Amino acid sequence: MGQTTAEKIFAAHLRDEPFPGTKVLDLDRVLCHEITTPVAIADLEWRGKDRVFDNTRIKAVIDHVTPSKDSKTALQAKILRDWARRHAIKDFFDIGRNGVCHALFPEKGYIRPGFTAIMGDSHTCTHGAFGAFAAGVGTTDLEVGILKGVCAFREPKTIRVNLDGKLRPGVHAKDVILFVVGELGVNGATDRVIEFHGPVVDAMSMDARMTLCNMAIEAGGTCGICQPDQVTVDYLWPFIEGEFTSPQAALEEYRQWCADADADYDKILDFDMTKLAPQVTYGFKPDCVKPVSEMAGTRIDQVYIGTCTNGRIEDLRQAADVLKGRRIADSLRAIVSPATPKIFQEALSEGLIQIFMDAGFCVTNPTCGACLGMSNGVLAEGEACASTSNRNFNGRMGKGGMVHLMSPSTAAATAITGVITDARTL
Amino acid sequence: MKKTFGGPALILDRDDINTDEIIPAKYLTEATKEALKPYCLEDLKLEGLDAKGEKLQKARVVITRANFGCGSSREHAPWVFEVNEIHTVIAESYARIFRQNMFNCGMLAIELPRPDIDALINLEKESNGSVDVEVHLQEQRVVARGNGREVSCGFDISPFDKALVAAGGWVEYADARY
Repeated sequence: MGQTTAEKIFAAHLRDEPFPGTKVLDLDRVLCHEITTPVAIADLEWRGKDRVFDNTRIKAVIDHVTPSKDSKTALQAKILRDWARRHAIKDFFDIGRNGVCHALFPEKGYIRPGFTAIMGDSHTCTHGAFGAFAAGVGTTDLEVGILKGVCAFREPKTIRVNLDGKLRPGVHAKDVILFVVGELGVNGATDRVIEFHGPVVDAMSMDARMTLCNMAIEAGGTCGICQPDQVTVDYLWPFIEGEFTSPQAALEEYRQWCADADADYDKILDFDMTKLAPQVTYGFKPDCVKPVSEMAGTRIDQVYIGTCTNGRIEDLRQAADVLKGRRIADSLRAIVSPATPKIFQEALSEGLIQIFMDAGFCVTNPTCGACLGMSNGVLAEGEACASTSNRNFNGRMGKGGMVHLMSPSTAAATAITGVITDARTL
Repeated sequence: MKKTFGGPALILDRDDINTDEIIPAKYLTEATKEALKPYCLEDLKLEGLDAKGEKLQKARVVITRANFGCGSSREHAPWVFEVNEIHTVIAESYARIFRQNMFNCGMLAIELPRPDIDALINLEKESNGSVDVEVHLQEQRVVARGNGREVSCGFDISPFDKALVAAGGWVEYADARY
C-alpha cells in the first residue's frame, strides 16, 4: 500500500510513538508571532527553562497588531522582540520588515516540500501549499516546540480532493476553497489532512495554492497539502539554488513527497470546477457558502482586501484589475493591506497602489489587524464587511459586525457598487 | 499543575461553538491567564446564557455539542475555562486544536456520542438547570445527577491524552521524556 504526502512526512520525522496512533514528530520549523508566543515565553521563564531548541529553525514575526495600538500590544511585541534578541533568533521580523506570517515566511523561502512546521496560529495549514505538513497549534504545543523541537499528533487520515476541469475567467482559488469548505462542512475534515490534486491545482501559482490551503482549517482540517511540482521549484529556486545542481534535480528530490498512486485515502472527492461561479459566504460559519449571484445586492459598509488568505501580489492584481479607472461607492469605505513589505513594494512598482488610491481605498501597512477585529478597520455593531479573509464568525471583525468572505475580484466589484457584486457583471 | 474534575454543569446547546465566542480576540492582548477570567463566553449568544451570571460562575463542567472549539488556535479558550475552574468539557466532538489544547493543559475534553449528550442535556432541563457531574477518569465514566435521577456514560480516552492529564500537561510530559 502506498502512502499519502502526510504519511510520508510523518514517517520521515518520527521521533517517538509513545502510544499506538500518537506520533511525536521532529520539527523543521517553529513559527512564532506576538499573540500566542509571549505566554509560552513567560511560562518557559517561570519554569527556569528559557531556552530554544535551535535558533535557526525558529522564525518570529510581529504581525497581528503592528505597529502596536496600545500599551498591551506594545508589551506583547516587546516580549517577542526581547526574546528573539536574547536567543539570537536571526529571522525575526520587526516593524518595517514585518508582514502577515503566512505570507511572509513562505516568501522568505522558509517552507520546503517534506518539512514539518507548527505555529500558534490556526492558519498555519497555509504552508502545506509547498507539499509540507504544517499545523496550527496552541501555546503549550508551541512552547514544547520552542524548547524541544517536537510536537505530538494523532496521525491524521487524508481526504483527497480532485479539482478537475478549468476555472473560468474571473473565478479564483478563493472561490474554489469556499466551495470546497461549503461541501465538506466546518468539521468535515477534522483530524484529516486535505490533499489537493487535479488540473485546477496544477495550473495554480503558489499564491493561489496558499489561498487554497489557508482555509483547510475552516473545514476542520489539520493541513491543506498540494503536491510539489515545477511551480513549487520555480518559486523556491532563489532559496535553494545552492542546494541543487539544477531545478530538475530539485524537482526529482521533492517528488519523493508526492502521494503514491496507490495511497489509502479516508475519502476521495471529485469536483469539476469548470462551471464554478464566484462564491461568497452568508451567516456566521465559513461553510455557509453561495454563488455571488444569489447574494448580489446585499448592502456593505466596508471592503477589506488583504490577510493571510488573499493579501498576496496576485490577489492585489486581481482586485486592481477590477478597480482600474473606477471609484468606490460613496456609501462605503475600502481598505487594502498588502500582506508583506515585498508585496507592498511590488504593488507600488506595478502601479497597483495608485489604482487602489485613485479608487478611494485606504492603503494600510501589512498586518492581520481587522481580520480578527484587532485594529485597522474594526466594524461597528450592525455593519457588514466584504472581506477577502477566512472567517465570518459572529463578531469576528468587531462585535455585532457581519462578515462576507469572497475573492479579491468580488470584493473590488463590491467596493465599486456598494453592494455584493459579481465582478463579471460590471 | 494537576487538576480536579467534575462539579456543577453548564449546558451550551449548540454545534460549532468557536473560540471567538469562548474568548473574543480583543482579549488576546492580555498578558496573563487570570486577566481573561471576566470574559468567558462573552460573545456567545445562546438563549438563557448569561455570560456574567451566577450559573457560569458556579459551573465546573461544560456540556456541549459537535465541533466545539472550532476556529482559532488560541489556547486562551481552554485558559479562560481553567481560570474559571472549569476543567472538564463534555462534547459530541471537538475541533482538533481545542481538544489538544485542553489535554496539553492537563484538562479533560471528553467525547460522548450524541444520544449520551442528549440524555445529559435532558437531565439538565428536567432538573431546572441543576446537574452535578462526577468524572471517574480511571473507570472512564461520567455520572450526572439531577432531579433525583442519574445518567451514567462510559467514555473513551486515548492513552496519550490520559498520560497528559496524569502528568499535568504536555510541557511536563515532554520535558520528562525528550
